[in-house]
Amino acid sequence: MSAGEPALSAAVAAGRRRRAGAWRRVVAGLVLIVLAGVALTLMLGQSFTPPGDVLRVLTGQEVPGASFTVGHLRLPRAVLSVLVGMSFGLGGVAFQIMLRNPLASPDIIGVSSGASAAAVFAIVVLQMDGPMVPAVSVAAGLGVALLIYALAWKDGVTGARLILIGIGMAAMIDSFIAYVLSRAPSWDLQEAMRWLTGSVNGARMEQALPVLVSLLVFGGLLLSRARDLEALRMGEEAAAALGVKVGLTRVTVIVAAVCMIAVATASVGPIAFLAFLSGPIASRIVGPNGSILIPAALTGACLVLVGDYIGQFLLPGRYPVGVVTGALGAPYLIYLIIRVNRGGGAL
Amino acid sequence: MTGSAGLSDAIAVGRRRDSLSRLLRLGLLIAAVAGLCVLSVAVGTRPVGWAEILSGVQGHVETIGEAAVALRVPRTLLALLAGAALGLSGAIMQGVTRNPLADPGILGVNSGAALAVVIGMAWFGMDSAAIYVWVAILGAAVTAVFVYAIGSLGRGGATPLKLALAGAATSIALSCFTIAVVLPRNDIAGGVRAWQIGGVGGATYGSIWLVMPFLVVGFAISLLSARRLNSLALGDELAAGLGENVAVARGMAALGAILLCGATTAACGPIGFVGLVVPHLCRLLVGVDHRWLLPVSALGGAGLLLLADVAGRIVARPSELAVGVVTAFIGAPFFIWIVRRQKVWEL
Amino acid sequence: MTVSHELAIEALAAGYGDRPILQGLDLTIAPGRITSIVGANACGKSTLLRTISRLLSPSAGQVLLDGRSVHRSPTRELARTLGLLPQTPVAPEGITVADLVSRGRHPHHGILSRWTSADDAAVATALEVTRTANLADRAVDELSGGQRQRAWIAMALAQETDVLLLDEPTTYLDVSHQVEVLDLLTDLNQARGITIVMVLHDLNMAARYSDRLVAMAQGRVHAHGTPEDVLSEATIRQVFGLRCRVIPDPVSGKPMMLPIGRHRLADPDAESAA
Repeated sequence: MSAGEPALSAAVAAGRRRRAGAWRRVVAGLVLIVLAGVALTLMLGQSFTPPGDVLRVLTGQEVPGASFTVGHLRLPRAVLSVLVGMSFGLGGVAFQIMLRNPLASPDIIGVSSGASAAAVFAIVVLQMDGPMVPAVSVAAGLGVALLIYALAWKDGVTGARLILIGIGMAAMIDSFIAYVLSRAPSWDLQEAMRWLTGSVNGARMEQALPVLVSLLVFGGLLLSRARDLEALRMGEEAAAALGVKVGLTRVTVIVAAVCMIAVATASVGPIAFLAFLSGPIASRIVGPNGSILIPAALTGACLVLVGDYIGQFLLPGRYPVGVVTGALGAPYLIYLIIRVNRGGGAL
Repeated sequence: MTGSAGLSDAIAVGRRRDSLSRLLRLGLLIAAVAGLCVLSVAVGTRPVGWAEILSGVQGHVETIGEAAVALRVPRTLLALLAGAALGLSGAIMQGVTRNPLADPGILGVNSGAALAVVIGMAWFGMDSAAIYVWVAILGAAVTAVFVYAIGSLGRGGATPLKLALAGAATSIALSCFTIAVVLPRNDIAGGVRAWQIGGVGGATYGSIWLVMPFLVVGFAISLLSARRLNSLALGDELAAGLGENVAVARGMAALGAILLCGATTAACGPIGFVGLVVPHLCRLLVGVDHRWLLPVSALGGAGLLLLADVAGRIVARPSELAVGVVTAFIGAPFFIWIVRRQKVWEL
Repeated sequence: MTVSHELAIEALAAGYGDRPILQGLDLTIAPGRITSIVGANACGKSTLLRTISRLLSPSAGQVLLDGRSVHRSPTRELARTLGLLPQTPVAPEGITVADLVSRGRHPHHGILSRWTSADDAAVATALEVTRTANLADRAVDELSGGQRQRAWIAMALAQETDVLLLDEPTTYLDVSHQVEVLDLLTDLNQARGITIVMVLHDLNMAARYSDRLVAMAQGRVHAHGTPEDVLSEATIRQVFGLRCRVIPDPVSGKPMMLPIGRHRLADPDAESAA
């Protein structure tokens, strides 16, 4: 009984390789969808730009009639969409795994609201601009997250208490945002939409840089804890028994996820339900075949690209991406609530 | 087996003593509300003297001060009615769902009423406040039933966590729909925005008369449900065992609550947390007997909303803070306090 | 065969917030044996197990594994010696048995280390020993209670620890599955010398399957020894506040406890005299 049958051991190894292969195929498929979405964003707009022209613009050539629209309007939009999509997807799924509840995503428990409120306040009231806005937003997002964590602390933190306190916090902050926006001297509906639902309209290339940096730094940090996070899916006790430092992992994950989401929020607003939707969809696609962190990030990017496309071209009138993800997310959300409640289960 | 006469007497004496002390507290509460009414008429952005207040209340509008006071009278009346309606409907919702966190705001009922009104304005060209009330009540009812249905699926029925999550998520989704409806309609955006913050500032006698019938019916149904709620508090099985038709009892009480909060939302816009805070404070004051709790919650709600309205006028001088923002900032910390008090397994 | 490890608990005090549960508890766990902790509800059984497995920090005293405090040891290193199966672990949705069991290899991996054939072998052994190999590709959600518990034990085995703590491993199982799980734990103990410490509710099962019994009351060890020493009418009375009769179990020869209530007594006079 000591070494295990070699045949069984080989079967175990084969099963593991099969799962790893399936996981790689899923990720490759998602990457392809993201690339297709980017290509679509670059080619389509008020006018159609042929792929050849797009390629020439991308390689730096001057193409009359296309250089400006593709290079200055559509490229930043596509790049920003992918980056914020990945940030929201990764940050959201990290929260969902950690709290073992798909409904416990940062947009529902008030973290996104906090970041958004700070950005609104900084822009509307303090008239700030440039790199200070993401900084304020990150500080507020972290502050709100830590405050929620501290308030939920009572002989340790339980997921249920954390979520409920987050919901209360979100209600308060949302009322604050509505109030500040109503007091804005020049009420610009487009600008307000950004802070209420999120939008990639008017994206500029320099907005993408902070999002890219935060994605690399904090996303990397999150991925380095991927294995501990996976163990946490079995509950804190089981994870601790496996040698996971539960407290440390929690704090790392919260800080990394909040920073990523706050930076993304500061540039495009809290895109509704994005953080919440990406994880469950990715988990559906990946199944039991492996970690859902990277697939969730890619799913987030897909959702932004597709949602933005729908909002711009497929609906009567032009809607910001947040309205589309919010409306599309609602039925899925209801389905998910029903399923979670039925099974009482985790992500 | 007859109980001993001594014990039976002792119980009767105890009950009389309880009633007496409750009556005393009720008297104090009424005095406090009356005081707040005076304050609400006297205090505002513009300081006025007692002489002007007296003549303003009598309907003279010769000086600016008198005119300001004359405007404050319907405002005070609306705050009184809306507060009472919200406090009462909160107490009923907590009783019907046996859930300490039930509140029209948390359950997303307000956003349902808001969406219904906005759809009515934008798609069906409704422009009379008389119709808004019907539409708002319909929206509130549909949302309440929906959220409760989702939140009570699965093990353990409608736990605070499930109900709050279902409410928060539904609320986000409905807000997205509201924005989607408003976005292409710049003509109605301003009105919707002002209404969405929630306030009693724009009150007129006309708007009060409009919602009055609904409030009267709502108050009547609600107050008549007290005894039924007392049985429901013991759990569905026990209530049925005590001879209560559980479905009817719950349906009637909920109807009253929805009439009250739907009509209030139509008149003032969404005002959160009054329905959450007041019943909890009132339970400390008069205990858990709904025959006492319901009327006292109505009084307490009136007092809280008056207080919040007056505070909003004082804090932000020379401008004023909408009462919905004030109640959110009073209510959210209270919500968090309740969550912290609960045992983990009750969440 | 495994190395025997000393697990000693010294003057341990622990609790939740300002509510102390354990108050100066001393206990030495017999290496290579099966020890069951029994006691009334809320006497601190689970708290003791949680403190040993460092889910809770003690407010005083210490838990020593081979002379080192478990609360000061590196968590990953400790998790290679000391395993815990919580009372209600949660399987991630849709996870297969093979994947669940391979999660047990977590403490043997750093951030960058790769999966090796040794890991595969450990998983295979765990599946085989717990007779879950035929379930390897099934989703954990779909299993019966007994099968699921075996899958969780397999995960704890894949961790390859020499000491295994289990919090009520037979709760929610019907009697045939209870016997199945306890037999499996006995196999593991006998074949691999794993030290097993578990909380059990059923006194008679505990007496039958354990080498040592620990009876706890009010956050302290009330009695500790062989089932014959601990399971006495006097101890049950003191620990549970229950009158009972103890007779030899006709199947195993271990002591067996029969409670005495107020009703349904064959010879009420004799019992009330007892």
